[in-house]
Amino acid sequence: MSEVSGRGSLLTIEDVKVHFPVRSGLMLRQTGKVKAVDGVSLEIGEGETVGLVGESGCGKSTLAKAVVRLLKPNAGSVVFQGTEITRLSPGTLRPLRREMQMIFQDPVESLNPRQSVRQIIEEPLVIHRQGDAGERRRRVNELLERVGLPSNSGEKFAFEFSGGQRQRIGIARAIALNPKFIVCDEPVSALDVSVQSQIINLLLELQSEMGISYLFIAHDLAVVQHISDRVAVMYLGKIVELASAEAIYQRPCHAYTKALLAAIPEADPTARRERILLEGDVPSPINPPEGSAFGHRMSHPRYEETTGMDLSLVEIEPGHWVARDPCCLSEDDWKKVSSGDPPTFVGASSGVEAAEEKTAMDVYLESAGGDKVAVMEAVREVSSGLSLLDVKELVENAPTKVLEGVPRSDAEEAKARLEEAGATVALR
Amino acid sequence: MRKENPAKAPVRQIYEEHDSERKELLTVRGLVSAFDTERGLLRAVDGVSFSVDRGKTLGIVGESGCGKSVTAMSLISLLPRPAGRVLSGEVLFKGEDLQQVPEKRLHEIRGGEIGTIFQEPMTALNPVHRIGRQVSEVFRLHEQMGKKEAWEAAIEALRMTRIPSPEIRVGDYPHQLSGGMRQRVVIAMALACQPDLLIADEPTTALDVTVQAQILNLIQGLQAEMGMAAILITHDLGVIAENCDEVVVMYAGRVVERAPVEELFTNPLHAYTRGLLNSIPRLSLPPKTKLNTIPGMVAALSEMASGCRFCQRLERESSLGDEQPEFREASPGHWVEACPECYGGEAHEAA
Repeated sequence: MSEVSGRGSLLTIEDVKVHFPVRSGLMLRQTGKVKAVDGVSLEIGEGETVGLVGESGCGKSTLAKAVVRLLKPNAGSVVFQGTEITRLSPGTLRPLRREMQMIFQDPVESLNPRQSVRQIIEEPLVIHRQGDAGERRRRVNELLERVGLPSNSGEKFAFEFSGGQRQRIGIARAIALNPKFIVCDEPVSALDVSVQSQIINLLLELQSEMGISYLFIAHDLAVVQHISDRVAVMYLGKIVELASAEAIYQRPCHAYTKALLAAIPEADPTARRERILLEGDVPSPINPPEGSAFGHRMSHPRYEETTGMDLSLVEIEPGHWVARDPCCLSEDDWKKVSSGDPPTFVGASSGVEAAEEKTAMDVYLESAGGDKVAVMEAVREVSSGLSLLDVKELVENAPTKVLEGVPRSDAEEAKARLEEAGATVALR
Repeated sequence: MRKENPAKAPVRQIYEEHDSERKELLTVRGLVSAFDTERGLLRAVDGVSFSVDRGKTLGIVGESGCGKSVTAMSLISLLPRPAGRVLSGEVLFKGEDLQQVPEKRLHEIRGGEIGTIFQEPMTALNPVHRIGRQVSEVFRLHEQMGKKEAWEAAIEALRMTRIPSPEIRVGDYPHQLSGGMRQRVVIAMALACQPDLLIADEPTTALDVTVQAQILNLIQGLQAEMGMAAILITHDLGVIAENCDEVVVMYAGRVVERAPVEELFTNPLHAYTRGLLNSIPRLSLPPKTKLNTIPGMVAALSEMASGCRFCQRLERESSLGDEQPEFREASPGHWVEACPECYGGEAHEAA
């Protein structure tokens, strides 16, 4: 997968897996494994920002640690500037460490409370034997100024600063050695919006000045979308969609991406949007579902088909990759990615037959505007043949929508429920 | 509660009833809360007034350290003692002044007529007791139920918050549940006695956006079912926009703007509100553009100006000098702190 256009490649991750053993019992025998990262491939170009989003527990931070070798992956390779780093010894790894840095979510916990800010920022220079004391002093002053901290900050301690300023200290330390690559693990999640925007601006400025590449991790898709060139959406240890930041927002393909986008509360009370409510939590990575993990969470009717299926990424449009998963793609998108390579799991003829047996249903949702969520839930509850996305589409395209493939009895029940929810429904 | 000499603690008398027809459930007038510290008595909340109508949702928004949580704590007299106390002001809940009522009555109200949810559900739950015991305790205390009856009621309360198979979950310990499920347990406890008012302080801040959507949707649904009013405290303007009827914008311990939600978002008047609204990264913005920011930061409590505090942050002279700006009604229901520089002014550094 080589999708970095017009840039030299800085970092190539290939099929990286990080599994943690689960031990239990008296002898602490290994009884299973947590597949925290389960076969991720990604390429990051020079001066590029790749955003990584997903819910807690999806393996974002584990992947980040594997990339900078704070963790040794169980399988796969990480090639940084032409060197494969997954099996390097600590000694040979050290010079490369200068080139890759990390910024953490909680600046309080990542800064030593007993060190002055000057010592904190100077430490990487000392470890990597950069310059003499005078030169280091000048460099620290330069860094403080660059990240927008007052010049007398060096002699203070980290706890004397506000959250935003502490994050600036973390950034100053990370850029002290002029790195090529910085992993930012939820750097702005703990900050207020006004401070968050200051830090995002600072990161953008530093990138254009120094040509740094970022792997930017956050659960807030709005922030990630803003700072990134490309965005990777991760679910249960796997990347399910990878595309340019514009494409992720304008044309999300994967159901999970759509759900994440829909969950972001929008600061506009006049925008009456429907919400896609995801049920439940991310399933446990100890015993992940065998087929499509997200299809399983949505209890998608096509979930059974996906067990044992190859759900790896395919290029649906130039530069836009999405998991080849019938549960998570719209009909059209699924046709696109499955054509030419006919899916092996569905007899085309039997599908048509089944559809003919069932009746179509016209649904008129007139008063649905007030409480779309309730309407959606009602439809979803009764018509198990509908995916969340079909329901979303149904509500979006109100007042009229023909639903095909819904059995008569289900349609009647859906009608009753919808009417309860205040919508006007007619059956054909 | 000890009261300060009113001359030492001047409170703005700015709150006026503009509509006596409103079904007010809670009215807060000139609330001043302070903490005793080495640097003297510091006012974290300095003259806050607002009201909540029955069945409605009031949002309180502002940056960290602007006094949102202290306001919430003050309402139900939960400030950490002995350092924190309410110096002056009224908190009228269904006609009763909560600052004056005896402690015993407060115990009845907290958890009974007023439910509370705080940010981190793990700290609100006792790690060594099964959740069933913790939820049923509410029923035993407030409804005088027996052990068994309360346990059954707890299962029903958990079912109400859509916890799957509550009859099994009721025997779990908090650590066995995910963050979203724990927050549901806390909601079940807060709503157990069908309160008239729910105070939710950053109820979803520690949760994923997807779980946040579930929880907010749940609170909204239960509110509609029970006709309950809510005070929703958050720093997320998106959450405010989607869930509130009226909004109070707090800055440095004071209310700088108060308006119905649509009015606030379409016609923000105070420079601080405008600054907040402008600094959100929005999905509709082109990627990698510079965001607007608010320069400076909230001053430390000990260094708060007596005049316009937002001008203090922007390091500009307010033409009012040291005089506190008046809180004025700009249009019906839309109140704003009228510092000439901030009223209708801008805060952000244009990107």
